[in-house]
Amino acid sequence: MKRSTVGLLFALPALLVIGVFFFVPVLIALCLSVTDFDIYALADLSNLRWVGLRNYTELLSTPLFWRALGNTLYFTLLGVPLSIATSVGAALLVNARAARFKGVFRTALFAPVVTTVVAVAIIWRYLLHTRYGLVNYGLGRLGISPIDWLGDPHWAMPAIVLFSVWKNFGYNMVIVLAALQQVPEDLYEAASLDGASAVQQFRHVTLPALAPTLLFVSILTMAGYFQLFAEPYVMTQGGPAQSTLSVLYLLYEEGFKWWNLGRASAVAFVLFLMMFAVTLVQLRLGREAVS
Amino acid sequence: MGQLLRLGLVLLLAVLGGCGRDSGRSELRFWAMGRESEVLAELIPEFERLHPGVVVKIEQLPWTAAHEKLLTAVAGDSTPDLCQLGNTWIPELAALKALAPLDARIAASAVVRPDDYFPGIWATNVIGGATYGIPWYVDTRLLFYRKDLLAQAGFASVPGTWAGWERALAAITARGAGRRFGVLLPLNEYEPLLAFALQQRTGLLKDDLTRGNFDSPEFERTLGFYAGMFAHGYAPPVTNSQIANVWTEFGRGYFAFYISGPWNIGEFRRRLPPALAGQWETAPLPGPDGPGASIAGGASLAVFRRSRHAALAWQLVEYLSRPEVQVRFHALTGDLPGRRAAWAAAGIAGDSHTAAFRDQLERVRPTPPVPEWEQIVTEMRILAEHVVRGEMSVHDGALELNRRADRMLAKRRSLVAEGVRL
Amino acid sequence: MSGRGHAWLVNGTLVLLALATVFPLLWMLSASLMAPGESASYPPPLVPAHPTLDNFRLLVSRAGLGWHFLNSVVISASATLLALTFNVSAGYAFAKLEFAGRARLQRLLVSGLVIPAQVAMLPLFLQLKALGLVNTLPGVLVPSLAGIFSIFLVRQAALAIPDELLDAARIDGASEVTIFRRIVLPLLTPMLVTLAVFTFLGAWNDFLWPLIVLNDNERYTLPVALAALSREHVQDSELMMAGSVVTVIPVLALFLALQRYYLQGLMAGAVKG
Repeated sequence: MKRSTVGLLFALPALLVIGVFFFVPVLIALCLSVTDFDIYALADLSNLRWVGLRNYTELLSTPLFWRALGNTLYFTLLGVPLSIATSVGAALLVNARAARFKGVFRTALFAPVVTTVVAVAIIWRYLLHTRYGLVNYGLGRLGISPIDWLGDPHWAMPAIVLFSVWKNFGYNMVIVLAALQQVPEDLYEAASLDGASAVQQFRHVTLPALAPTLLFVSILTMAGYFQLFAEPYVMTQGGPAQSTLSVLYLLYEEGFKWWNLGRASAVAFVLFLMMFAVTLVQLRLGREAVS
Repeated sequence: MGQLLRLGLVLLLAVLGGCGRDSGRSELRFWAMGRESEVLAELIPEFERLHPGVVVKIEQLPWTAAHEKLLTAVAGDSTPDLCQLGNTWIPELAALKALAPLDARIAASAVVRPDDYFPGIWATNVIGGATYGIPWYVDTRLLFYRKDLLAQAGFASVPGTWAGWERALAAITARGAGRRFGVLLPLNEYEPLLAFALQQRTGLLKDDLTRGNFDSPEFERTLGFYAGMFAHGYAPPVTNSQIANVWTEFGRGYFAFYISGPWNIGEFRRRLPPALAGQWETAPLPGPDGPGASIAGGASLAVFRRSRHAALAWQLVEYLSRPEVQVRFHALTGDLPGRRAAWAAAGIAGDSHTAAFRDQLERVRPTPPVPEWEQIVTEMRILAEHVVRGEMSVHDGALELNRRADRMLAKRRSLVAEGVRL
Repeated sequence: MSGRGHAWLVNGTLVLLALATVFPLLWMLSASLMAPGESASYPPPLVPAHPTLDNFRLLVSRAGLGWHFLNSVVISASATLLALTFNVSAGYAFAKLEFAGRARLQRLLVSGLVIPAQVAMLPLFLQLKALGLVNTLPGVLVPSLAGIFSIFLVRQAALAIPDELLDAARIDGASEVTIFRRIVLPLLTPMLVTLAVFTFLGAWNDFLWPLIVLNDNERYTLPVALAALSREHVQDSELMMAGSVVTVIPVLALFLALQRYYLQGLMAGAVKG
């Protein structure tokens, strides 16, 4: 058998699967998004109509969509910097020369990453309980009156951000840690010979060396945070007053709760375009900053 | 590695094979929700004894996820044989052609006799002339309240009008000094607001059920009345999950009134401390100007069109509809049976807690029979929450709800205009 | 600051941070052993007064969590094996075997990386419906069969294999399949373990897709069963914590056992990006 045929045969199973179960459905989704596929069409396909871009224009005039978009952006803009800052802080600590038992600390800090979102979200739902939760108990000991974390529309999203930072910071910490270990030691030695303080060393040596990693990490984290779903599904069911309804939650509700597949597909593509645009902007800004 | 792969393939084949196994017995898949699904375990063995070779598999769905699970099952052709169905969902599933019409079976049945059922409730099962469900238990919402707290506030009985009830709530809340509320209206439940809305003379939809009627002055008055409960401080703006335990809090006197259904008679009896046994009562809902209507609710038993054991599933429906089984079911759950024969046999209306339900059931109204209803009523709850939280005025909330309802009904409007039979 | 003080500060902060991080998991363990209603009191208790395994017994006997556990194991293990089968050969082909359209296919796959999986989800459901796979275990597995990211991870590792090694075997008359099995797979083993751990954890923790595609309670995976239970039993916090323990402990154990491979894979992915 010719080598080129063999190569194709090796790659074919995976390519077929990806083609049939990923690229084809993406194309179907595009087609669905210009129809009014809904519960009536599900019952009888003759009730299916071509509607052009109406799903998109209607979506843009739906307050709920803007609310979901706003919530998602709020979650991302608050969550991504906090997550990355925590990751960098933790990585610096673990990487510090004075730190002992580095492996143990790294494992402990990483543990939440591998846990199941649903399970740990349930834990946090109880930790954040207004009256019996340990978080409010701890705050109470500090003299702070109880916060209605998951019941107050102003606090529910910050609570989910807090949860997400806890759940995710370990992931980026490990990546940043790897990058930190790549920074040549003599750069620090030169800097301290020049009399640079620890803060100055961080600003002028560590940060520039980390820049490409931070760019990569922020794009990845942002893409992940845009897909917020399981956390509000378990912790708040999108409430209170829809303050934790995310774009993906909206997609789930439109699609799998009400079976408006046409409108849900439009939501899916808007989510996709949004993520794409944000990634491009970040890359552009990032390249400028790095160079 | 190769061995590992082979092992994996064997495992996988075993799993795939396991999905298609057939052991020769007839298995009935029965989806049920909440407390009822737990109680079924005690009623089913007798049915299985009467039908050797039949195994009934009961599956519990949480009420909050039941609706989406049902629709997903319909969409994915993976429906069970029969199901407990909230009767407001019947129009939706009928529109999806998911349910088997039961008229021929009812006509031939010696057990199910339509004239033994409450007519208002039976009507919710009939869509376009075909019957899709048999009422299992009937349900409506009314007031549960603490007699002692009401008496302390100076009221001998529950006032029958909105205005009178508001005065009672004001008195109770004022005496509670911030630690007590007049009424608990959980923001994640639409039923209280819906019940008040159904009390008005005008329908909730208009124009052959193709447009919302939420911009009517009557609905706006209802929404204002509901939001006023929170604005005046009679009701705490909380969801159910924030009340760790409704029964405990009712027992502690955190609130004096609670709008709920018949299943809670049993729960209250079981969960409240014995000292409170004589201190709580039920009463029909007050109305805008006199005793008010409430929701024609309840759950029906329905057989799915795709069931391969439809005849057997119907036999289970018949079994659960027998008056004596309905009496047992009532004893186990406190749910109110759909059949009058069971009411009479168990002397249900003789109990003071259920007597109020008997009274209320005389004044129940069905919700509009359109498949979009569940979605519309969900929007109603959401907008009501915004109004309660002060993010919207009552007027704007009503108008916005109407706009959203009109948009959800757009497809229905166009299909009706084209003359499609729905 | 003196060296000693600095060391204390660094290690002290680390201890506090680590404690705060693992605290929710420890509390989960502790609460899962409490009697019903014990945790919902004030001040909240940290340890059970009388540790009991009743919650676990109740979960297995009443909620059938044993079955959900088994489902999760079978689904995650099958997903891992299938993903390895599909991705490793493809990744190797993209790295070391020439075939027509390779470069173009590779570009297509890269473009696929930017499309979030949720876009494909709705039509995928309709496809599976047509195939009669809704509410079946194979239906759950479909999206994890082959992954673009995994293919590139394997390709990355396979690129490091020297061509001379493969050519020498070819000259000796070895078939391409033999070369793949005897030379390539052994060399890729660390990457395979990494990929296996990633896929297993991903499948175990996956929520949205199983939630959509599975309808029967007895076919639920642990996360889906847990989410359903948590809506039904909001008030039974101890019971829910026991459910979380059953869900979380296996993946934590797997991670602890194979930590090295997992973290390596994570870094390999990062470097590639």
